Amino acid sequence: MWQQHLAILPILIPLFTALLQLLPWGDRPQPKRRALGLASSILTLVCAALLLVHVNQNGMLVYALGDWSAPFGIVLVLDKLSTLMILLTAVLALPVLIYGCYTEDNLGSHFHALFQFQVMGIIGAFATGDLFNLFVFFEVLLISSYGLMMHGGGKFRVRSTLHYVLLNLLGSALFLISVGTLYATTGTLNMADMAVKVAQLSGDEAALARAGGFMLLAVFGIKAAILPLHFWLPQAYSTTTGVVAALFAIMTKVGVYSIIRVYTLIFGPEANELVWLAADWLWILGILTLIFGIIGMLGTRDFRLLVAYLVIVSVGTLLATYSFSSAAGISTALFYLIHSTVITGALFLLADVMAFERGKTASRIVTGKRMANHNTYAVMFLIAAIAIIGLPPLSGFAGKLMILQAAPVSTSGFWLWGTMLLATLVMLIMMSRTGSKMIWHTLQGKPNEQSAPIGKRVAIGMLLSLSLILTIFANPIRDYTDSVADELLDTQSYPTTVIAPSSGEENQYE
Amino acid sequence: METLFSVTVGVLTACSVFLILRGRSFPVVVGITMLSYAVNLFLFSTGRLTIDGAPILGTNTEYADPLPQALVLTAIVIGFAMTAYSVILAVRTRGEIGTDEVNEQDSGESSR
Repeated sequence: MWQQHLAILPILIPLFTALLQLLPWGDRPQPKRRALGLASSILTLVCAALLLVHVNQNGMLVYALGDWSAPFGIVLVLDKLSTLMILLTAVLALPVLIYGCYTEDNLGSHFHALFQFQVMGIIGAFATGDLFNLFVFFEVLLISSYGLMMHGGGKFRVRSTLHYVLLNLLGSALFLISVGTLYATTGTLNMADMAVKVAQLSGDEAALARAGGFMLLAVFGIKAAILPLHFWLPQAYSTTTGVVAALFAIMTKVGVYSIIRVYTLIFGPEANELVWLAADWLWILGILTLIFGIIGMLGTRDFRLLVAYLVIVSVGTLLATYSFSSAAGISTALFYLIHSTVITGALFLLADVMAFERGKTASRIVTGKRMANHNTYAVMFLIAAIAIIGLPPLSGFAGKLMILQAAPVSTSGFWLWGTMLLATLVMLIMMSRTGSKMIWHTLQGKPNEQSAPIGKRVAIGMLLSLSLILTIFANPIRDYTDSVADELLDTQSYPTTVIAPSSGEENQYE
Repeated sequence: METLFSVTVGVLTACSVFLILRGRSFPVVVGITMLSYAVNLFLFSTGRLTIDGAPILGTNTEYADPLPQALVLTAIVIGFAMTAYSVILAVRTRGEIGTDEVNEQDSGESSR
């Protein structure tokens, strides 16, 4: 059956494209590289969509690399959550690449290769079922993100990249220590196998595994930018180019995905002494992250920085919602995750293109000249603002409403209501201020002459229309995330499917 | 052997944390390098320390866990590449900003 190989295709396509992008390609390489990159992104998107349909119909897909079955070999485990995240990555990557193809890729060398490696790392991290393999894919996506963040150069960018690199090197070291600790106590690296072994631990070994688990939380916390570990994010996201920042919209979600995966599967409901290890911490940290995001938003004088804080707010919301450990919580968190990834990506691109057309005032929230395509951006800004704030009728409204409904009627639920509504109010204030300063209060006289190519606007439009799709198909998507949450919480059948791929089931490896 | 090993890893880690907390990029990079040594040693020990054991399951009863050795190899390769990159980055920062202070604050708008 060829469908089983769909599991590896979303990793292989970007990998081979990246390798092809490194070839010289003659005198005028850029058009060829663009065509190749776009073709690859479309192909990845198609594969990701086929994979989602396949997994949705036939259940979890376990792909043993080199036919070494789990727990001895490395397996890719494509369940509904993984495929959803892979599809989201592919959906985000295509418009971002289209945007990047309009001269953004000329700012530095090897943009296209790094972009594909980045996509490969992200998809791999979503697909793998092995903890050490997760580390390797984290490194792949980090190494390419180091390169991408430098894209375009400039001294502020270099410095924020240095901070980002050093912090993530520390994070990688911590990742290895925690993986080592977990391996020492459980004797396995396969996540499904580890989930079984962790449930059997007691006494000292459980304490060691707990230490390893919390160290792992710190690692994922750096990636996801949870409260005490988030200081790198605003600087990094606001100094890098818009196209890179938009792609990085999915990067914090890799951290969130890892937290959801590890702390539901390994330290989840079945984990005996370590049951829901991180839930209490995630709850407090999520709320604090939200509050920090609110304070940060109020203090910004730059549109791009504002979007960076919106990312932090969305991470806080996601983790606080996830920490309820209920099916409804996880399901709504996933819906909100899709929405916030797409919209923050669109906002980063919009901020970038507006900064370009405004000229000297760039993305600072001050009165400036009119932009060449003023009205287009005004409409786009309005749509994006409505979506991210959570006003009806767009997807943000549906997402936030679902989260508020999913919150339990208890003290923690009320805290989430309070902080989320406060965050919404602050978002409303800040987006209104940004919009009125940058779009309404323009200087008299001729508008700026430099006009961004229409393709960039199309790319932003594609991302924004996704919000519309999310709204129209909110019900089927919610049904899907419900089934994702059910599958995720069914932590007993996950290990049995992964570890013992019996020959009787047709969706298994041969 | 276990005591010596754990003391070595501990001292390496402590020194590296001290260096990482310094405010200049060179000590920080050296600290990161030391930390990666400590991590590699630690990873190596997660399969338990054995002497004279072949890293494979065979007829002899004494064997060493081969998996941590593979992990260490992967970690060394990645760590080495990353150290090289961070050294280059630190040098370039020194060149562009004119100081190797990690947190040097200077005013002005970011240039594109």
